Amino acid sequence: MSESFDPARWRPAAFLPEQDARDPALIFAIAVLCFLACLTALGVIAGDRAAHGWAGQLTGEATVIVRARGGETPDAAAARAAETLAGVKGVSEARALEKEKAYDLIRPWLGDVSDLEDLPVPRLVAVSLDRKQPATAAGLRQALKAQGLDAVVDDHQIWIKDIRQAAGVVRWTGAALFLLIALAAAAVVAFATRAGLAARRDVVEVLHLTGAEDGQIANLFELRFARIAAISGAFGATAAALAGGLLRLVGGGQGITPALPIAWLDLLAVLPCPLLAAIVAAVAARLTARRLIQDL
Amino acid sequence: MRYGRGPDVLSDISLSLPRGSFHFITGPSGAGKSSLLKLIYLAARPSAGTVRLFGEDVAGMTARDLPRARRRIGVVFQDLLLLDHLSAFDNAALPLRIAGHKPSEYRGDVAELLTWVGLGGRMHARPPTLAGGEKQRLAIARAVVNRPEILLADEPTGNVDHEMALRIYRLFVELNRLGTTVIIATHDQDLVARSARPVLHLDKGRLKPLPPQGPTT
Repeated sequence: MSESFDPARWRPAAFLPEQDARDPALIFAIAVLCFLACLTALGVIAGDRAAHGWAGQLTGEATVIVRARGGETPDAAAARAAETLAGVKGVSEARALEKEKAYDLIRPWLGDVSDLEDLPVPRLVAVSLDRKQPATAAGLRQALKAQGLDAVVDDHQIWIKDIRQAAGVVRWTGAALFLLIALAAAAVVAFATRAGLAARRDVVEVLHLTGAEDGQIANLFELRFARIAAISGAFGATAAALAGGLLRLVGGGQGITPALPIAWLDLLAVLPCPLLAAIVAAVAARLTARRLIQDL
Repeated sequence: MRYGRGPDVLSDISLSLPRGSFHFITGPSGAGKSSLLKLIYLAARPSAGTVRLFGEDVAGMTARDLPRARRRIGVVFQDLLLLDHLSAFDNAALPLRIAGHKPSEYRGDVAELLTWVGLGGRMHARPPTLAGGEKQRLAIARAVVNRPEILLADEPTGNVDHEMALRIYRLFVELNRLGTTVIIATHDQDLVARSARPVLHLDKGRLKPLPPQGPTT
């Protein structure tokens, strides 16, 4: 009613209409992209943790293969090697494995041979290294050589290198995926901005002819799409956090698989999603709007 | 001047409008009246020749200069160009908002102006709910609300009755008296005849100055 309008209480309305029929579709598309981006981030974090765990376990251990020399029995050589290694600085424990374990290791290649005792099967010594100042493979070799033992030290470097390489591949693949999804979100926003400008050409034209600067008009679209992207980002991040939480619940402490152990704290990684989505959308909308306004 | 690769809509136009003058532009439909106004309110650029505005060559204006120049011009567009999602009050206040004024500085002036043009009881209404004449008066209110240095009006009295047309004309005269340069494109020969203002007559894109056609109102 006209009587209810009080100029003293008037507040300027938004230059652009508050709602647009295309908003729900846009929110859904950006939310899906944000969901995928968050899942990628969670996957990278979990994969990185798994790789670190494996590398850490391998770094803390070494295996020594001992071959008996002269008249010494394999068991005696292994026991002497374990005793020698236990005295090396940086070794927390050295333990000769029972001969059955050595037999178990070679049985897959030799089959069920009954008289393995007749074969010169080498013995294994499992060495646990000090986590803070681990002994080097060279140091272990030197100590064994000094005792006249014929032994091969395997400090698992070849595996550690492979695991680190695999972790690097996971990280970079995740980063590339994340970038691709961000670019896809930017493209969606640019397209929506273009459509929004076309649909609101009347508003843009009036503002333009009434003296609005290009930046002022671009700001309207920038804020509008940043707000939409932030809302979408919140939806996508929430869905990804729920999915991550579900994986954590289903798989327990190991996650759904030991290869991807998800921790509860990892779910916090989705928090910046709405802000990042808003920034990507704002930049895409601003660049698109400015270019289109200049062509008016 | 031409649009794209089309024919010339204006040619051999050479005129100078002194600051504070009052002119009518007349001519049949398609004569180029709106195109001439577009050149002045910087919505189009000449395909040849020079337009000087506020003593400055328009071709030399930068992207920053253009909005500043446009803020010094009030325009009543032929198709009004009101924003349908905004109230009459918001539409009228638009130039002041764009110029960066605070609402507290202009609330009262906008309300007063809307009341003066007969929209005091329709400030909340959105353009789709306004009658043709009300829309036209709202467009006029928006054009004059920031007391522009130049006022351009393209058929400003096309949808209003004779009495309101005279009221609007008197508003333009008052603004002109306060220093605004006024240029009105119109088919309203009666309005032109009542004034003693110079007339720029366009025909097929060419300018033919005519003498004043009647007494001053």
